[in-house]
Amino acid sequence: MRDALASPRVEFDDFLSLISPESINHLEELAARAQRLTRERFGRVVTLYAPLYVSNHCSNSCVYCGFNVENRIQRRTLDQREIEAEARSLWEQGFRHLLLVSGESRKEVPVEMLAQTAKNLHSLFPSLSVEVYPLDVDGYKSLVDVGVEGLTIYQETYDPVIYAKVHPGGPKSDYQRRLRAPEQGGEAGFRRIGIGALLGLTDWRYEAVCLALHAMWLQKTFWRTHISISVPRLREAAGGFAPAHPVSDRELVQMICALRLLLPDAGVVLSTRESATFRDGLAPIAVTMMSAGSCTEPGGYTEPGSAEEQFSIEDSRTPAEVALMLERLGLEPVWKDWDVGYLQDDGRDGGEVQG
Amino acid sequence: MKQNNTTKGDSLIIGSRKFTSRLMVGTGKFSSSQTMADAIAASGAEIVTVALRRVDLTNPDHDILSAIDPEKYLILPNTSGARDADEAVRLARLAKASGMEPWIKLEVTPDPRYLLPDPVETLIAAEILVKEGFTVLPYINADPILAKRLEEIGTATVMPLGSPIGTNRGIITRAAIEIIIEQANIPVVVDAGLGAPSHAAEAMELGADAVLVNTAMAVADDPVMMARAFAKGVEAGREAYVAGLASSSRVASASSPLTGFLRD
Repeated sequence: MRDALASPRVEFDDFLSLISPESINHLEELAARAQRLTRERFGRVVTLYAPLYVSNHCSNSCVYCGFNVENRIQRRTLDQREIEAEARSLWEQGFRHLLLVSGESRKEVPVEMLAQTAKNLHSLFPSLSVEVYPLDVDGYKSLVDVGVEGLTIYQETYDPVIYAKVHPGGPKSDYQRRLRAPEQGGEAGFRRIGIGALLGLTDWRYEAVCLALHAMWLQKTFWRTHISISVPRLREAAGGFAPAHPVSDRELVQMICALRLLLPDAGVVLSTRESATFRDGLAPIAVTMMSAGSCTEPGGYTEPGSAEEQFSIEDSRTPAEVALMLERLGLEPVWKDWDVGYLQDDGRDGGEVQG
Repeated sequence: MKQNNTTKGDSLIIGSRKFTSRLMVGTGKFSSSQTMADAIAASGAEIVTVALRRVDLTNPDHDILSAIDPEKYLILPNTSGARDADEAVRLARLAKASGMEPWIKLEVTPDPRYLLPDPVETLIAAEILVKEGFTVLPYINADPILAKRLEEIGTATVMPLGSPIGTNRGIITRAAIEIIIEQANIPVVVDAGLGAPSHAAEAMELGADAVLVNTAMAVADDPVMMARAFAKGVEAGREAYVAGLASSSRVASASSPLTGFLRD
């Protein structure tokens, strides 16, 4: 462990010792090194984004998720006018990075609708990402072509046995299809790809190892794409699922810091699933992107309570409050870090995209 | 602008403009706009580069440009984030259309990990932008041939990297940078990787015309003090170069000439 912390470049073997149970006794040193690396590579800044839930219709029966097809909940798919209202509300709060999220219902939310949504929203949000059901290369390409630059798709768990158990029904029960999605996205040309594991389903060290290998492979294969990682801990949702392998705050910090040392250039995303205290503590150490003021129900920003949420959030501060806290922590909240001008000659009209 | 006595009149000329400071600064990675503005002021820099992707004209409260006084500094927009020539050219045109000076720090960095510049796309973009009347300052790997090719095209400078952006490793490309400086007819600005004032001094001692620093200032515990330290490093290195470093002369000259016995 000491060797691993001291080595100028953390290799995979070092990483294994950094996530070992013994290493938790050196958490402070681990955090210090993670912070140094994060500052060097990303600076004293955190980029803010917001998720926009388009639909909670879903044909999967993931046992931990509020959108589980078997849950009798209020379902809703927003139309373009409703999406725009939600988007405008987020824009007015300062956001310029938007993540479009949807349950897996190709009928309710076909890829053409996602592409149309992206087209409509591009003039408001220079940076658009999607977190939706897996698509093939052509499907992803149709989103890249209208300027969607980021893809978020988490494996949830890399353990195939547990995967089968917690994803008993629907298209998501296909482990391989999910695993292949990030590389389909890489081939389609997304500039940013976010992968992750949902912590609590199995031993976090197993997930850490697989996630690290997955990220390293993606970095090498899709060298033009920026890879980011996220390790959300399971939260309460409709259905009352309790995680079998809860991860403590200290363990989560150990995991994220170890990942930072192994992957100094990877983005680290921290959502509002975590508490305000935890987010404030971790932000200056290893985080590069944070959501703020999130609603996980479709329509939740303008008509709260009109549909069931995916999971309950823990940090319920407003975006302005989160930004202020980041400033107090000596970090600049960055609202805009992308421009439509990269892709469009007439950058402001949200119309034709070239290249 | 602060000026050094011993190197008075020693100005840096880029394109049609004259500068007294040989330290350019970047604006990313700072903890706040105020800290950034204070550090820039302390650095004495006259050229300040800004990533176009950070500029948000729709949101003046959060806009990086609002912290930089265009009367005091030449704001040099950069194309950081561009993956190819097309994207870089589009961004440069966008900057010009939004009323910025037609100066562009050309960065084409398809690799998001080390942000290393793509030589092929950089050359293509430079050619287009020079033809369109831009003053082009291209960020390049320390490649002497590429530097000459860009000079031939008509770029205003070349900006070879000392080491990859943000690594603070100093001038690990020293041998190639020496050749670039030796051969250049345009200013050579060492950009990226300068982690300490001594690195900046080293670049200037080598004969670089200027340096560009960002990360080392932005992430220092005291960015303002670090900016001052870099200003001193640059001044010291420049003075040493102008004064004539004993070791820098390429052709040896003994203090008593070896050929002094020759009568004619």
